[in-house]
Amino acid sequence: MSMVSTPPALRTVNLVKIYQTGGLPVPAVRGVDLTVRPGEFVAVMGPSGSGKSTLVHMLGGLDTRTSGEIWVEGTRADTLGESAWALLRRQKIGFVFQFFNLVDNMTVADNVELPALLVGASPKHARERRDYLLGELGLSGKADAAPAQLSGGEQQRVALARALANQPQVLLADEPTGNLDSRNTKDVLRLLGEVHRQGQTIVLVTHDARVAGLADRVVTLLDGQIVDDGAVLSARRRPKSGAGDVVELRG
Amino acid sequence: MRLQLLALLAKEPAHGYELKQALEQIFGDAYPSPNIGQIYVTLGRLEKDGLVRSVDVEQSNRPNKKVYFCTAEGREALLEWVDEPTEGPRVRDEFFMKLVLAPMTGIADRMALINRQRRHYLGIMRDLVELAQRTDQDNRPAQLLIEGAMLHLQADLDWLERCQEDLA
Ligand SMILES: Nc1ncnc2c1ncn2[C@@H]1O[C@H](COP(=O)(O)OP(=O)(O)OP(=O)(O)O)[C@@H](O)[C@H]1O
Ligand SMILES: [Mg+2]
Repeated sequence: MSMVSTPPALRTVNLVKIYQTGGLPVPAVRGVDLTVRPGEFVAVMGPSGSGKSTLVHMLGGLDTRTSGEIWVEGTRADTLGESAWALLRRQKIGFVFQFFNLVDNMTVADNVELPALLVGASPKHARERRDYLLGELGLSGKADAAPAQLSGGEQQRVALARALANQPQVLLADEPTGNLDSRNTKDVLRLLGEVHRQGQTIVLVTHDARVAGLADRVVTLLDGQIVDDGAVLSARRRPKSGAGDVVELRG
Repeated sequence: MRLQLLALLAKEPAHGYELKQALEQIFGDAYPSPNIGQIYVTLGRLEKDGLVRSVDVEQSNRPNKKVYFCTAEGREALLEWVDEPTEGPRVRDEFFMKLVLAPMTGIADRMALINRQRRHYLGIMRDLVELAQRTDQDNRPAQLLIEGAMLHLQADLDWLERCQEDLA
């Protein structure tokens, strides 16, 4: 019996990013080795300034690396130019920015449809996909609004819908629930669970433990380095845990 | 559990098993399922303290059952409970004690302790997310109890992150 091994969805080798603004160099990512299997859901956590955004930006080709390698589905990507990266993103990667980056002079509906149209999907297909995603995220009523007319949390959900428009093989998301209240976070959690079940690979930066709790694996960054990398396992079969242990009912 | 049982009895008289069912129904699976033996022990103590009384109710072809009801004194105790401010969150200090003290003895490394604790919290969070999905959306008390547990856990994780930044 022969085994065909599929390449990792994403891989970095000794990845380094040093920002050079003005005088002092700022090392933001310092030698990250990360391998993400196809279909895996990885949460990236760590304190502010630990290099999370820098890392996912490099994984999506939105920021150049200082040294090291980036591989996307078995293809070397860190050596690609801007237009080749743009093509790769369009075909394979959905990206949710920490600060949304919606197109201001287009409606919500057009923002979400655009990625599908750019890869040549039929307008009908693009519209159906848009309706589905906006519906899942509780935004059907906002389709005709301009991004500037939306709250931060609404813009964030539009950004997620846009990133998922093409059913990308890899979803990269930087704090996709950072501006959401509990109820809207639930919608996003449900949709991410759905995306994960469909086998898409997810790498997601988050401070929100509910989001991280959905992941297969959590990578923790500190000062630009991975300090922990492991599976998230149910605590239920371990002693003394569960809601009753966290919230003590008094009386 | 004393005052929870007292509150239920102030609403209507009930026997032990009905109280167990009521607690489970109101708070859902997030509530540590009350043990019937514990309920009877607590009822016995409440009765001894004069906060509840019981009557034997005859049942056809079954042993009598004891129905409990809240006394005037019981109501008084309940009012006091409701009126007094509830303790704020206690610092869950056992882990913190480990974190500060264990490395001093050389038997543990702070980074490893924090990483293990984070995975543990995330595992609990995973269970809570599943529990919330399994629990009836319309059972507001149960959903809010789970949400409260999640918010507490989030605070614990944020604190852990601060510990990692400053101590490890
Ligand atoms: N364009 C830039 N120029 C110079 N320094 C930068 C730039 N972007 C980020 N940095 C620095 O790199 C480090 C890592 O930043 P990064 O945005 O990756 O952190 P983060 O983990 O995403 O933080 P947060 O949780 O606050 O979003 C920080 O010290 C930051 O100041
Ligand atoms: Mg960031």
